[in-house]
Amino acid sequence: MTTGTLTNLLNLTPAESLAALRAFAESVIQHADELTSLDQAIGDGDHGLNMRRGFEAVLATLPGLADKSLPEMLKSIGMTLVMKVGGASGPLVGTFFMEFGKAIPEHPTRADIVAATDKAINAVKARGRSEAGQKTLLDVLVPVQAVLAGGGDAGAIATEAAQAADRTTPMLAIRGRASFLGERSIGHMDPGSRSASLLIVAAVKALEFEARS
Amino acid sequence: MNSPNSGNVGIVIVSHSLKIAEGAADMVRQMVGNAVPLAWTGGDVDGGLGTNVAGILAAIETVWSPAGVAVLVDLGGAETNSEMAVEMLPEDRRARVVVCNAPVVEGAVIAATESSGGSSLAAVKRSAEEFYA
Repeated sequence: MTTGTLTNLLNLTPAESLAALRAFAESVIQHADELTSLDQAIGDGDHGLNMRRGFEAVLATLPGLADKSLPEMLKSIGMTLVMKVGGASGPLVGTFFMEFGKAIPEHPTRADIVAATDKAINAVKARGRSEAGQKTLLDVLVPVQAVLAGGGDAGAIATEAAQAADRTTPMLAIRGRASFLGERSIGHMDPGSRSASLLIVAAVKALEFEARS
Repeated sequence: MNSPNSGNVGIVIVSHSLKIAEGAADMVRQMVGNAVPLAWTGGDVDGGLGTNVAGILAAIETVWSPAGVAVLVDLGGAETNSEMAVEMLPEDRRARVVVCNAPVVEGAVIAATESSGGSSLAAVKRSAEEFYA
């Protein structure tokens, strides 16, 4: 089993954590237009704007988080997203970070990360009253978490994130705004799955970069 | 968005559009009068269409009393953000603030009508939700 980038999370200096979080937030901001076009197809067209606003707010808070522990950083990012994103994705993505931060110890093992992501995903399910298979971000979070729990390395996690987002394209939306469209939601990638996938790939890349440097 | 605190259940209107929230509140005032604490909020933090948790929390705070608060919402994010706001309230208040599964305009008017007669929070919520039934 390769522990891949995840164990590097345990050993990051605060400066490295901040650099990783910065890269993470910037990847969503850079893809804001793409997220908006996806959302224009099957939602209300605000997902890119909302996520950009949320993660720009996160970037602005990073200097103040420099001396915080990992759980405190994650909880703070979650709260910022909840307060700033605006759409339903604010509470959903924000809840993930808040619960992940609550569940993770300051110096986590891989098993701790698996357990904390499991709790965070359950909290997202409860918040959205949703399960995987309904064309939401859970269709990325759940399979990626399974790869993580199964011992997958960084490459496997990133690949699964991208593929899982692609697999939402033929799905029928059952929750969220796209569900209003019924069968017309089929044939378009779910914007929330795309942003979740971007975040996961960016997190993996940022941590991998730290490992090489 | 201030209202006299009458001891009746408070009503909060949450729409993606501040104009809709304000307009629904105008209808409540005209049809039901001032016997019900009433607040409204709409728009994202930049003033665009959307909802925001801070605005919803502030609205709940404005009309809070131990009688409770019924929140009427429009689409998806308004509901999710309202539920998030309720969870962020002090623990002893959470059970006394409910998000109603009802259309925002009709639900607000019906909930306020029920509240103006001194009904309980459960009765206010039920009346609003019966509109769907």
